[in-house]
Amino acid sequence: MQRRDFIKTSSVIGGGLGLGLAASLRKPLRAMARPSRANDARQSRVVIAHRSDLRGAKQSLVQPQVARLLDTTIEALFQVPAAAAWRSLFSSRDVVGLKVNCLAGKHLSTHPEIVSEIVDRLLVAGVKKQNMIIFDRRSRDLIGAGFQPSQQRGAVQCLGNDQSGFTAQLFEYGAVASQISTILAHRCTAVINLPILKDHGIVGLSCAMKNFFGVINNPNKYHMHLGDPFIADVNMLPPIRDKVRLTICDALTAQCEGGPPFMPEWSWPMDSLLAAIDMVAMDRVAWDIIEQKRAENGIDSLEKAGRKPSYIARAADAEHQLGTDDLGRIEIVRV
Amino acid sequence: MNRRKFLQSTVGSLAGWPLLARAQERKTSGLVEARYYIKLPNRKIQCKLCPRECIIDDLERGYCGVRENSGGTYYSLVYGKLSTAHVDPIEKKPLFHFLPGTTAFSIATVGCNVMCKFCQNWELSQSTPEQVESFNLPPHDVAQFAKSRGCASIAYTYNEPVIFTEYMYDSAVQGNDVGIRSVMISNGYINPEPMRDLCSVLSGVKIDLKAYTERFYRELVAGELRPVLDTLVLLKKENMWTEIVYLVIPGQNDDRKELEELCAWIYKELGPDTPLHFSRFHPQYRLKNLPSTPLKTLTMARQIGLDSGLHFVYTGNVPGDPGENTYCPVCGQIVIRRVGFSVVGRSLNKGTCEKCGAAIAGVWF
Repeated sequence: MQRRDFIKTSSVIGGGLGLGLAASLRKPLRAMARPSRANDARQSRVVIAHRSDLRGAKQSLVQPQVARLLDTTIEALFQVPAAAAWRSLFSSRDVVGLKVNCLAGKHLSTHPEIVSEIVDRLLVAGVKKQNMIIFDRRSRDLIGAGFQPSQQRGAVQCLGNDQSGFTAQLFEYGAVASQISTILAHRCTAVINLPILKDHGIVGLSCAMKNFFGVINNPNKYHMHLGDPFIADVNMLPPIRDKVRLTICDALTAQCEGGPPFMPEWSWPMDSLLAAIDMVAMDRVAWDIIEQKRAENGIDSLEKAGRKPSYIARAADAEHQLGTDDLGRIEIVRV
Repeated sequence: MNRRKFLQSTVGSLAGWPLLARAQERKTSGLVEARYYIKLPNRKIQCKLCPRECIIDDLERGYCGVRENSGGTYYSLVYGKLSTAHVDPIEKKPLFHFLPGTTAFSIATVGCNVMCKFCQNWELSQSTPEQVESFNLPPHDVAQFAKSRGCASIAYTYNEPVIFTEYMYDSAVQGNDVGIRSVMISNGYINPEPMRDLCSVLSGVKIDLKAYTERFYRELVAGELRPVLDTLVLLKKENMWTEIVYLVIPGQNDDRKELEELCAWIYKELGPDTPLHFSRFHPQYRLKNLPSTPLKTLTMARQIGLDSGLHFVYTGNVPGDPGENTYCPVCGQIVIRRVGFSVVGRSLNKGTCEKCGAAIAGVWF
């Protein structure tokens, strides 16, 4: 059986895939990196990749298995060898921001082990070490999640927005007016979005789009009305909309209730990565995962709990067109 | 080993455990626990400082951006952390009936509990503590500094002082101890309990009444009008010296009917002696597309106020305009003549008009 045969597509509805199958990879993959349009006939693919052998003694991650999981994920998303996919997405001219999510500490943050593997693959794709920037809201959050902030010349950069600062310019869209991390706005040419998968006490779900609250100066202003339309509006700000090329959600540990902080009683080892180009599609799929786990635990649905993540539909509406939230048009690939 | 040593050693050894580590960090970083909040299940809290009453998850901040829930305890991130400090004429606040001609030691942190699209200090008010360099000045030092510079008062201003209420309260207490009064320059978006507490230590308040419609507050302020009106009534009941500023924005809150209703409400609920300043708007922040307020609009607004029976109605941000002066409501004599923020003449003797002897409302020497 070939590797591709292992890929089980659980939901394939609609027309042709149109994703990364062309002989010349670079162009189509780049085209895919742009936010898809809701009225686009093309499907949005979301990969859910799982390994049951990720953890060794004391639940620590086994690095080679993490590497394999990442490669499987990327291959399932682009349906080409992983190295080719990375080369198609990034080049030696890029400065790549790796937007992690470290608010909740080491138990529920983007794992350094995954980021380390991504760094290795970017190197192979030709991106220089010093042109990779791991970043989040605050340096102290990065440290708490196990990263080592560094601005050493020639090394991978790692720092919080509190160190780098925010743009003097105000970026506005709809209800949102924010200053943006200078890392994202001024330094990066491309961004890999590396959220986690968890319940959120106000907006319902924290996954792909919500992660970009961590690049604006004033997320506190937008934690109301279920984050709707604010999360969609933030993702419309040009530096975000134009630079995000790939989203890989670290769902090694996920949490279905009590977020954003880590609550051991509501978290579970999902041992999975989710990947997509379309952040709206990823959030729609992630929402279902959370709902399923809530049901298993006998907890009310997010809607019943009064925090249905309506911002997902908002992001897909005719005004925003950031992607699709229509499960009938989302291709979910489980590997 | 006594209990304290045991706990200290235990906390130290468990530093990797998130909650304990954070509690330890907060303790050592000198952050001050916020007042006016209640604890909720799952380490959530509900802030009770302003009408927004944010419910805040662990690790998150309130709408103001300067009060943070850490492990179910709510902290002020700006206690004693000044972003700016100046010695200003009290007229700049503006307070025209409060120790005129004196200076106020004027201090600010960062943050605000509303988001006015026309904010002139948005780089302070809409920022978080991480964005702005601050310096530490404990309440005792605030009072001492004000005294050493010959200031008659401490003004909490530039950004919204409600969001640093703990620091304001403690500084006002220290100021009162050395004979320095305190004034709050605020949007009035505060709950009754903290406002009442502040009234016990403040000597004057200026409220920015942004408009007289809920629509304006909803669309341009991200707040509500009703709680601000309630604050004004509360201040009246508490006998707090209060002046009102109304920034007149073309096409947004300058409708004659709205101004008439506003003035009628002030007259009825607060009384004719409440000073009302109609200030000129200049394009700022997110309202750069609008023109500055025409002078004739300010003149019209002032006339509406006077026609409504209000005794002290001013025009602001128009240096040299006759509407900057204080006139005796009985004989019409100019009792305080001003140009911009400067007092250039007085006919006031211990709070009474020198010409006719009428009492002029205010806080005088």
